[in-house]
Amino acid sequence: MAERSALTRRRFLQVAATAAASSALISCGRHAGPWRFFTPGEAGTIEALCEQIIPADQDPGATWAGTIYYIDSQLAGHFRKLQSAYRSGIAACDAACRTAHGQPFAELPFDQQTAFLQRLPNSLQPFFDMVITHTMQGFYGDARHEGNRDAVSWRMLGIPIIPIRGRDHYEFPRKG
Amino acid sequence: MSLPHVNAVVIGAGAGGGVVAKELCEAGLRVALLERGRWYTANDCRKDDLRNQRTSVLGNNSGPDDKRNPRVFVDRDAKRHIVLPSEGGYSNNAACVGGGTLTYGAMAWRYQPKDFRMRSTYGALEGSTLDDWPISYDDLAPFYEKAEYEIGVSGDVSNDPFKGPRAKPLPMPPLSPTREYEILKPAAQRLGLHPFDLPMLRNSVPYNGRPPCMRCRWCVGFVCEVDAKCGTHNTVIPCALATGLCDLRLGCMVKEILTTEQGKITGVSYFDAHDRLQEQPADLVIVSGAAIESARLLLNSKSRLFPNGLGNRFDWVGRNLQGHAYSGATGLFDFDTYDDVGPGANIAICDYNHGNPGLRGGAMLANEFIRLPYQAVDMPPNGVRWGKAHKDFMRRAYRRTIKIMGPTQEMPVFDSRVQLDPSVKDFWGMPVAQLSGYQHPHTLEIAGVMAAKAEAWLQEAGAIQTWRNLPGNGVSGGQHQAGTCRMGNDPKTSVADSWCRVHDTDNLYVIDGSVHVTNGGFNPVLTILANAYRASAHLAQSWKGKV
Repeated sequence: MAERSALTRRRFLQVAATAAASSALISCGRHAGPWRFFTPGEAGTIEALCEQIIPADQDPGATWAGTIYYIDSQLAGHFRKLQSAYRSGIAACDAACRTAHGQPFAELPFDQQTAFLQRLPNSLQPFFDMVITHTMQGFYGDARHEGNRDAVSWRMLGIPIIPIRGRDHYEFPRKG
Repeated sequence: MSLPHVNAVVIGAGAGGGVVAKELCEAGLRVALLERGRWYTANDCRKDDLRNQRTSVLGNNSGPDDKRNPRVFVDRDAKRHIVLPSEGGYSNNAACVGGGTLTYGAMAWRYQPKDFRMRSTYGALEGSTLDDWPISYDDLAPFYEKAEYEIGVSGDVSNDPFKGPRAKPLPMPPLSPTREYEILKPAAQRLGLHPFDLPMLRNSVPYNGRPPCMRCRWCVGFVCEVDAKCGTHNTVIPCALATGLCDLRLGCMVKEILTTEQGKITGVSYFDAHDRLQEQPADLVIVSGAAIESARLLLNSKSRLFPNGLGNRFDWVGRNLQGHAYSGATGLFDFDTYDDVGPGANIAICDYNHGNPGLRGGAMLANEFIRLPYQAVDMPPNGVRWGKAHKDFMRRAYRRTIKIMGPTQEMPVFDSRVQLDPSVKDFWGMPVAQLSGYQHPHTLEIAGVMAAKAEAWLQEAGAIQTWRNLPGNGVSGGQHQAGTCRMGNDPKTSVADSWCRVHDTDNLYVIDGSVHVTNGGFNPVLTILANAYRASAHLAQSWKGKV
């Protein structure tokens, strides 16, 4: 049972310091960046894709929920090995839009974006499937991962937001 | 340099190993219980929908860790994939004290008498190693009862006419019904079926000094916040430690089982929590690492007398890897079926486990555990995967669906197997498990019929739309992994004898799901626990010279 020693004072201070630093970072990210992985241009494409996947209607969509923050922070963490797939997928998506419509994806009107995705070139399908999966995770997953702001999807589904969800064992992203 | 001698080394503190450690310690043996993972408690409960043993898109919550423990998965096109514990294809169970019992949904099924006599009941099947167990339901029944009372089971199986004979009722009453239960029970009765309160290794009343289930929605895949789920971590392992004879060592990865030139098993070598190589001499070695890792360890333990690994003279170690071919159906209703009362699964039928015309077996059918929102995003039946239509469906259907699923008993396949990968090594430099194989076509045929039965139940219950959920044709395993070191009386077609002792050895045992010949149409954990009680009782008696 030595592995499960009590929380030491040193450990407590480490956690508290990380918590303070992380919340500062997150609040910056909410408004203007900085992105952990995306360039501002890439972020525009991903945010438009997320909104296509879960659009706003009588309930908020992926943009309001901040689903892109989930994807961005995981690309700097657990999804690190998908970085190049995102980078090249975004570039290919925008290139295909420029060829077809003369503009990158995010610049197209919403309905034209939808039409483009409904007739997506085969080569872009794996990339779009990946974005769908991650958008669903962010929007319908736990609010602690930043993609389901204010538990908006759970409110939409009508399931109670229980105040104690686990014993607050949040894990903070590692530095670097 | 070797450590002080012990009577027994038990490898793996999960369902099998936890029971073995307690039984041997209570018989007076000095036991080293080696566990590669950590000991989590209710304080580690972390209800993260994206990071748990059921949905591990951001990692798992009770091991093993992604950095040190890769495997290789070979798909149906013979393409090799290096897979990590949190990824699909890995067939992960867990790596922690309690093993899968820490985070399971906790269904507590006894197999039926026919499940131990599949070959005698149905005859041989081409392309399958379908066979009888060397033991019967009656051999196991007293130990099923012991597991039900010592670990703790709630439910009421008195209305199940298909169960094997039992001496006592379950020790705890069922949890109170949910809305799904109230909808499904009369529908099953109208169809002439026999629904009942399924058994769960879960406190419904205070038991063993722990409180009852608080009915939350985060159950299967999660550590229980109030410690109401009963596993080996909060029952038998603390009992083993209380004897003073059990030395539980965490973070210990066994490298190989050691043998003398004459073939006598002398102990194990393992990497401790600081990755130092240790040697632990022992009179007995018990492997309880679950079907994939137990087979891997035997295969990795090569010597002059055992060039292909221990117990593997006739190439049966790692063969017949099986889990369950889950199948069922989802029904959409025009009223709310969801009441947010966990754990969800609570009503079952065993009408279709056997006696289906033209089929060799079947499955228990039960309502599913609560689907957390992300687990429901693949639900729309019509190929709608994104956009407004998907969001509309989620909003309309999330609280109005019931899902009925069943673990279809698999026809074992010789070529569904665990091997050592020729090139990929784990963190410690040992060859990793390579998984390959497929489902027998008859398994898929049975699964299809089970899905139709589930669908009919939902339609009778008033579903306005239903659709089937069918298994894939790839090798299964996962949390129900079994079969890789099957028990048998003939050493040419099995790995261990009926007491779980590995053929060709005097003092090496495999006690976990690996020894299952077939895996029942049920969740296997109670059978693993019961067989561990049975095998270790025999082991303790023979240790004392009584057998």
